[in-house]
Amino acid sequence: MQVTSSQFKQTARVKLTDPRLQAALRKLQGNFVKGRADRIAELDNFEDIRDAAAAVRDRALAHLDRYLEEFENNATARGAMVHWAETAADVNRIVCEIAARHGVRRIAKSKSMVTEECGLNDALEAAGYEVVETDLGEYILQLAREHPSHIVAPVVHKSRDEVSDLFAAKHGQPRKSDIAELTREARLMLRPRFLAADMGVTGANFLIAETGSTLIVTNEGNGRMVTTLPRVHVAITGIEKVVPTLEDIATLMRLLPRHGTGQSVTNYISVTTGARGRDETDGPEHFHIVLVDAGRTGLLGTDLQPMLRCIRCGACMNHCPVYQSIGGHAYGWVYPGPMGSVLTPSYAGLENALDLPHAATLCNQCGVVCPVKIPLPELLRKLREQQFERRLRPAAERMGLALWGRIAQRPALYAFAARIAAKILAWIGGREKLVHSLPFAGGWTGGRDLPAPEGRTFRDLYARRGATREESGEIK
Amino acid sequence: MSARDRILGRIRAAQGKAPVASPQERAVVASYIGARAPGPCPSLDWDPAVRFRERVLALSSTYEDVGAIEDAPRAVAHYLRGQALPLTAVCWPELSSLPWQEAGLVVETRAARGDDLVGITGAYCAIAETGTLMLLSGPHTPAAASLLPETHIAIMRADRLVGTMEDAWRLLRAESGAPPRAVNFVSGPSRTADIEQTLTLGAHGPYRVHVVLVR
Repeated sequence: MQVTSSQFKQTARVKLTDPRLQAALRKLQGNFVKGRADRIAELDNFEDIRDAAAAVRDRALAHLDRYLEEFENNATARGAMVHWAETAADVNRIVCEIAARHGVRRIAKSKSMVTEECGLNDALEAAGYEVVETDLGEYILQLAREHPSHIVAPVVHKSRDEVSDLFAAKHGQPRKSDIAELTREARLMLRPRFLAADMGVTGANFLIAETGSTLIVTNEGNGRMVTTLPRVHVAITGIEKVVPTLEDIATLMRLLPRHGTGQSVTNYISVTTGARGRDETDGPEHFHIVLVDAGRTGLLGTDLQPMLRCIRCGACMNHCPVYQSIGGHAYGWVYPGPMGSVLTPSYAGLENALDLPHAATLCNQCGVVCPVKIPLPELLRKLREQQFERRLRPAAERMGLALWGRIAQRPALYAFAARIAAKILAWIGGREKLVHSLPFAGGWTGGRDLPAPEGRTFRDLYARRGATREESGEIK
Repeated sequence: MSARDRILGRIRAAQGKAPVASPQERAVVASYIGARAPGPCPSLDWDPAVRFRERVLALSSTYEDVGAIEDAPRAVAHYLRGQALPLTAVCWPELSSLPWQEAGLVVETRAARGDDLVGITGAYCAIAETGTLMLLSGPHTPAAASLLPETHIAIMRADRLVGTMEDAWRLLRAESGAPPRAVNFVSGPSRTADIEQTLTLGAHGPYRVHVVLVR
């Protein structure tokens, strides 16, 4: 998928004034935020489970090559074919080759963010294959030729009326406005396509090293359809998704649905191992697994490695005040919200997403709700540092920071400068004690006033308080 | 050098490791997998049968008990009549010998088709913690029977009720070693909330799941 993150500010401004989007985003907070809180309250040892889940992911990453080889050996022993893709382009080439080898014409897909990274649908269509997305949200987006704005609820930005209009136009049937009827219409349109598909394409929420299995969670059942009915199944996922054992899956499954959709359990958890057995009446005859790097190894061994623990639940975006205000499209690539603000610069280039590490208040809501304890604000701060070090920030900002840094390293100078600044600001603030505008900080004061300092600086007050305490004998 | 070797090589280089894994590294990974240590479970201070029923209902499925497996067809027929559903069903070969005809049902033992309205299956086991059925694929337990029909009826024995997913994996390992081609955990009717976050049952899979527990 093309990266448009460089237009973050312009797009965000438009999204802030879009009343339909704003209404949709308010609903998301109600369902997913409250749902998560209610569901984690069911677990009396939630923090223990969360620690264990983070440890499961860290363990896999610490010996990633070994667990991947273990996975490959066990998957191959069960008759699956494992492919390795270094780049998004490799993924598209490999999947097209698989389709050609098995004489495929029609492809049914269940939701996969990795294939969004690659733009797989476009590549398959360009090669002459008929591709249909079968997750209801993704199907709507395919008809509307749009991209997902949320990794779990891809069509959260669209209203029911928009879907009604879209279906009426594309399906050539009387316009329906009831959500159950719209869902039924999509079911009836897609059922024959499941049955006719030669090849099913899915992602994988996890790879299980112990058994060589891939796992997907779905609520709609489309994931089960595309792994059961077509004669070829291709599962595509990132190399970081491996976990060692089935027990580890049980731990992660207590957290993923609770954080993703506010459910205690996802409707369907499908674990697939190998191809159709002898005498079986359903299941694919050929099972291919594509393991994707596409930037992931670039995070290993760096400060950003914890990001690879991510299990794609979406809780960080649901709880993010920035995502809640602008939705997912402004972020400009596959992954929005705090996790996207780390992944997009990492996978698509720091220089292509200059605003994303700054698209956060660093309030740490994301870090607090992350089921695998990814310190997202810390990672965003690391990316800001990298931008500064690689001289990617505007010259004025870099000079300002350099100047501040130089002063902050000299305590006496800093104290002096702070005292002067406090006096000047107090003077500007006047009797109202509010600063309405400041040179070089128009963006900040454009939307709010800065309370003027009340005379002394923090350091002065702190020093005085220390002295008073010493006098009264509090500190020896 | 293959893409595989380059990716694995990059992983090792990025983590400051020698190009080939040491015996110690291999031992660490093998012993972790070998231990299959379960993680922390929440307090399981409930009666499994009570909990299972409660969770099944919470997932928008329906539930009933019967005294013996031979009573299941009558219960199924009663349920279908009550819902005004057809008395024709596709059924797992595993259950084909039950007295379906006497209960007034026409039951076919074959692969499910796209237009089947009722599918009858068993279950390998069920998990009380979440109210989840665990279904294994196989020649006598095809996966599509619980998926394509609009109504899924699952018949399972009470002695196959386990506490947690960890228990279910343990049972599977003890009885058959490795997982079959497909292990499907089913927790209620298929659903979606993609349009305006409004929950709707019957997305692509069944609209209804009816659980018949044989005591």
